[in-house]
Amino acid sequence: MKNFFLLLGLCLALNISNSNCYAQTVSSSDLLSNNKAYDGEIVTYQGEVIGDVMIRQDYAWLHVNDGAIALGIWANRKMVQDILYTGNYHKKGDIVEVTGIFHRSCLEHGGDLDIHASEIKKILSGGSDPHPLSRKKAYLGIFSLVLVLFFYALKKIFQR
Amino acid sequence: MILKPQINDIKNIGYYLGRIILGIGLTMFLPFIMGIILFREANPALDFLISANIAIFIGVTLSWLCKTNKELHAGPAMVVIALSWLAAMALSAIPLSLSGHYKSFLDACFETMSGFTTTGLTLVQDLDHLSQSHNLWRHLGPFLGGQGIAIIAISFLVKGTSGSLNLYLGEGRDEKLVPNIIHTARFIWAISIVYLILGTILLGLVGISIGLKPQSAFFHGACIFMAGFDTAGFSPQSPNILYYHSLIYEIVIIFFMVIGSFNFNLHYQIWRGNFKEIWKNIETRTLLFVIMIVILITMVGLRQLGVYSDGIILFRKGFFQLISGQTTTGYMTIYAQQFIKEWGELALIGIIISMALGGCACSTAGGIKMLRVGIICKAFRQDVKRIILSPSAIVVQKFHHIRTMFIEDAQVRAVLIVTIGYFFLYGLGTLIGVWLGYPFLEALFESTSAAANVGLSCGITDTSMPAILKITYIIEMWAGRLELMSVFALFGFFVAYLKGK
Repeated sequence: MKNFFLLLGLCLALNISNSNCYAQTVSSSDLLSNNKAYDGEIVTYQGEVIGDVMIRQDYAWLHVNDGAIALGIWANRKMVQDILYTGNYHKKGDIVEVTGIFHRSCLEHGGDLDIHASEIKKILSGGSDPHPLSRKKAYLGIFSLVLVLFFYALKKIFQR
Repeated sequence: MILKPQINDIKNIGYYLGRIILGIGLTMFLPFIMGIILFREANPALDFLISANIAIFIGVTLSWLCKTNKELHAGPAMVVIALSWLAAMALSAIPLSLSGHYKSFLDACFETMSGFTTTGLTLVQDLDHLSQSHNLWRHLGPFLGGQGIAIIAISFLVKGTSGSLNLYLGEGRDEKLVPNIIHTARFIWAISIVYLILGTILLGLVGISIGLKPQSAFFHGACIFMAGFDTAGFSPQSPNILYYHSLIYEIVIIFFMVIGSFNFNLHYQIWRGNFKEIWKNIETRTLLFVIMIVILITMVGLRQLGVYSDGIILFRKGFFQLISGQTTTGYMTIYAQQFIKEWGELALIGIIISMALGGCACSTAGGIKMLRVGIICKAFRQDVKRIILSPSAIVVQKFHHIRTMFIEDAQVRAVLIVTIGYFFLYGLGTLIGVWLGYPFLEALFESTSAAANVGLSCGITDTSMPAILKITYIIEMWAGRLELMSVFALFGFFVAYLKGK
């Protein structure tokens, strides 16, 4: 009997931990391919925040790219306060996990395909994305410029 | 007997081609300077410095080696135009290829041809991390190509009115706004630059009001204007216009797409205060009529499948995509996959018809063009009248385009040849698409979008698509933008060189 309860306790613990650690995330291609099935459902979506966070009064629009497509996320302004980096050429954006209701054609937002977030968790902080100067490109740029100027001077001399 | 082109003809082509390549090289200094001063992007700026130097070197060498004072005739001018668009594609692809955001040089060439021809189909990877300098170049392509690559050369780099006129005509334009062709070219630039300034300010302010940061708002404003007014459909962010989630932003874009698809001659009339021309012109009337027909088809298709539950949403989504297709812009407020997954066949047919027919002649729009559609309809009406009325009756048919004109058989013949050429292009891409295993409707959609220089995509255009399809679409975009004649002239020139005596 003691063993049975021990086993039951272990199973329950595993089940709880399983649901917490492995929340099923869906990909953007899955959402787009099966958009009717997901319409109105609570989904968990993960990716990098890119572009601008557009504040609209008490709410905000942000875009999360999972590597394939960037989806629009409509969230309460307070939820996006922790987002410090958004991806562009100079920066890698924060990686977030969004949980919310998926809309194939949102009635509130003119039919846009979006997710209304109920929770946004920062998984990984972004940061600056330095692009060190490429010496190869620098040499090639200077060399080609000198070549063009030399050629132009040569042409002028011949034209005289 | 076919006459073999002489060395002087080839030198003449080389000289003008060199001048145009020089012009393309010089324009690359804009993203180079902006990259250094404004965006602080050293590597992308170097990409443009290298590419500009290569283009200038080729351009100067070609025009120096082929220097001639001979006037450029119509045939060689068309060859110059056809070649210069290929040269522009290849040279402009160098900085994009160096960015590392393209899978291959072919993909970068696809992107630049798509940009210059104001199509808007894209093969860029990870657009959201692309530098602003490269993004500016992507959007500058439609602005230069929309007005016409030859227009740049005519305005600033080419001397001689006759040669300039032939270059202008070779680029698929046959209307002079003012008697002097150089003044016409400069007027086209003046219109475009004034609109660019106003458009950037307007979209920038709207951008700020919807939550974009000021610098980002004006950068987006300039990019979206260039690709919207020039009916290209590129966007600085991957979700395209869906990125902004704003009705007012969409309305402003619709306005610019529509005026971008208007004939430059109509713009000239409006600038002169002749507002009545808008209502009298055969092109605007035909455009309005066609839009009403295709909107009906699309709305019925969407309604039938219950794609959008709300009437206002149905109109907003349907109308935006439709105007984007009709003006051959290609901006989207839905994802490409939604076209096939949700829209259904009838709505797609509506969009395909709008893309195939396109905007107005002598504009930045592509497709068959409203002037041709209008003339074909009038000619059809004239023929029906001839059948109904007495054989001795003289049936004349007039149309108004800047001035009132009579329809002539030779004109109808010319219009029909180009129209059949467009249908051939649409069919060619569809055939190759189907041969490669894509469903018919999707292949037709994408092929029409490429050949009519639209840019709407149902998902076929992707880095993983076969190289042969990428090349097919490049040819379709090129031939579609030049209205086929310059491409025919180029092939004729090669045939004459090989078989001529």
